[in-house]
Amino acid sequence: MPVNYYIFLSLALFAIGIVGVLVRRNAIVFFMCIEIMLNAVNLLLVAFSKMHHANQAAGLANVGIDGQLFVFFIMVVAAAEVSVGLAIIVMLFRNVHSVNVNFLNRLKH
Amino acid sequence: MQNVLQIVWLIPFLPLIGFLINGLFRKQLSKSLIAIIACTTVLASFVLSIWVFLQVKGGNSHVAEYFNLISAGSLKVPFAFQIDALSSLFLLIITGIGFIIHVYSTSYMKEETREHYGRYFSYLNLFVFSMLLLVMGANYVIMYLGWEGVALCSYLLIGYWFKNTEFSKAANKAFIMNRIGDLAFLLALFWIFSKTGSLNFDVVFSKGPLLDSSDITIITLLLFFGATAKSAQIPLYTWLPDAMAGPTPVSALIHAATMVNAGIYMITRSEALYSLAPVTQNVVAITGLATAILAATIALKQNDIKKVLAYSTVSQLGYIFLALGLGAYTAGIFHVMTHAFFKALLFLAAGSVIHAMGGEQDIRKMGGLKGKLKITYITFVVGCLAISGIPPFSGFFSKDAILLSAFEHNKVLYVLALFGALLTAYYMFRLLFLTFNGSFRGTQEQKDHLHEGPATMTLSLIVLAILSFAGGFIGIPEVFATGGDKLSEFLSPVVPVFREGAVSHSTEIILMVLTAVLVIVVIVMAWLRFRKYQQVEEKGIGKFLENKWYVDELYDNVIVNPLSRFGDFLKNVFDRSVVDGLVNGVGRLVNYGSRQIRLLQSGQVTGYVLLMVLSMLLIFVVQFFLRK
Repeated sequence: MPVNYYIFLSLALFAIGIVGVLVRRNAIVFFMCIEIMLNAVNLLLVAFSKMHHANQAAGLANVGIDGQLFVFFIMVVAAAEVSVGLAIIVMLFRNVHSVNVNFLNRLKH
Repeated sequence: MQNVLQIVWLIPFLPLIGFLINGLFRKQLSKSLIAIIACTTVLASFVLSIWVFLQVKGGNSHVAEYFNLISAGSLKVPFAFQIDALSSLFLLIITGIGFIIHVYSTSYMKEETREHYGRYFSYLNLFVFSMLLLVMGANYVIMYLGWEGVALCSYLLIGYWFKNTEFSKAANKAFIMNRIGDLAFLLALFWIFSKTGSLNFDVVFSKGPLLDSSDITIITLLLFFGATAKSAQIPLYTWLPDAMAGPTPVSALIHAATMVNAGIYMITRSEALYSLAPVTQNVVAITGLATAILAATIALKQNDIKKVLAYSTVSQLGYIFLALGLGAYTAGIFHVMTHAFFKALLFLAAGSVIHAMGGEQDIRKMGGLKGKLKITYITFVVGCLAISGIPPFSGFFSKDAILLSAFEHNKVLYVLALFGALLTAYYMFRLLFLTFNGSFRGTQEQKDHLHEGPATMTLSLIVLAILSFAGGFIGIPEVFATGGDKLSEFLSPVVPVFREGAVSHSTEIILMVLTAVLVIVVIVMAWLRFRKYQQVEEKGIGKFLENKWYVDELYDNVIVNPLSRFGDFLKNVFDRSVVDGLVNGVGRLVNYGSRQIRLLQSGQVTGYVLLMVLSMLLIFVVQFFLRK
């Protein structure tokens, strides 16, 4: 299967994520969109690491595994980020009874 | 000769010392000490000059080199003095007349406070120093140093009473006019250096014949333009009459006897170049003659005793330039010398009159002074006779030499020059009669105050009167005595002798008699007209002449006013809108820009994200599509 499929899929996911971030105001949806973008990147990393050495290193299982390792890191970091972010959103909701990000611009003042 | 070269540097150095002592310690020294220092240094220079003069008499010419003034690449300018017949003659004039004027000043300036007295004498000494430097320099750079120094001292002395705004303006005018000439002189020096690779007289003059005739013409024209400023010729003569703002001895020293000779000296020194440029010579002669007549006509109608003398100076200088232009250098130098005598005399006598009148300079308010000021009157008469060219006074011989060379050259020039000479006699005797004859027209107070000056003043006058009478005998023409022309003989090693004998002796005598008779007729006319003073309102040509041909007004309207309007424009419009606008505009731009950019930081997270995405897209586009 050519790598192009993965690239286009990943591109589509990333674009969806960006559009979501730009057009929605809901903090939860924001988070989901960010996750989508992260996963689009993860998908690319995995696909590239699998395909990159495919021809000359057929049969060797541990060749080209570094990209997949990155993915794990990203997942861990994303999980940590989500836990902090969700905590913030919960506190925000308790204070203002809303999860609309436009309220956050008050931090400016 | 060797010991001359070892000692000759003292001649300019002594007045410099006098300047330093008087300038630095003017508050400590007493007046008499200041006077003694100033006079002694110049007297010592004079004695040394006589000694040098005796040494060079046999036609010796030497260059005394001391050290390198400038040494940069191919430009080597030694600090060197040229000792020959020409420079030694000028040394005598400068230090001799300078000394007399120093002595005269000691009593003329007596009423000044000690500090100003010291300032005055330090300027005088500095002036003598600069002038000596100018005539002694063995290259154009040393000459230029002196040239600038003289202009500076002239400025300082004209503006000596600097609290008077008019006088300060006159000083500025003199300085600026001189600067215009200096620029031309400087350009000439650059031109000379680029063509001959040197500024030393001997090298430049020996390479002169190898240059293109156009180069020579331009160089000599530029030098001549420089000379017109110093020596008060058309078009830069207007500063000299205004320079009468200075104390009268200064007028005598600077504006009659020495500084105005700087240009003449320079042209005579560069004679080797001028004789190669016939075009320039014609320009010099015509300018000189035009100046002579213009200034003489103006002098006819002036009422300030010093202004009349000033215009007569301009006129006489015009004669000298005429002689230079005709190649009669010896005649020119001769007239420089006799003119220095009688013009210094006339100015000092005028100073004596002004002194007696308590500062009054208007001849309409004088008259009948001959009873009270006997010595001044007699010496003034001698001066008038000398300047008018009555034989056997000095002016006769020198002016006759110039007229004769004009006659040999071109009859039209001769007639015009003769006309100018008659004008000279007329205005000088008008001045004499209005001042000393008739009845007194001043106030009673002034009349009681009338008195002859102290001995230092009268003695100076008497010495100068003797010189004005006898000064001509060193240049008696061939007609009267074979070998009588000692001056030409003396100058012959440096300056080519003018070719005598183009006219026969009988013609020469007829011309002399003609001149003398005409001058006497003119004097009688002046006597009839001005014996009794009557007040006349000038109109028509008289008014035109009284207002000096409106040359000052012309310069004001053509040059000064447009320039000052341009200055106003720069100050009010250009500076305000362009310069200030630029400076303030930068500030305002930063202010405005930051106020606009501030709006980007809205606090809207989506806004930031949008910007981020857009910039990422931009980078992407640049990276992939625009980068080659």
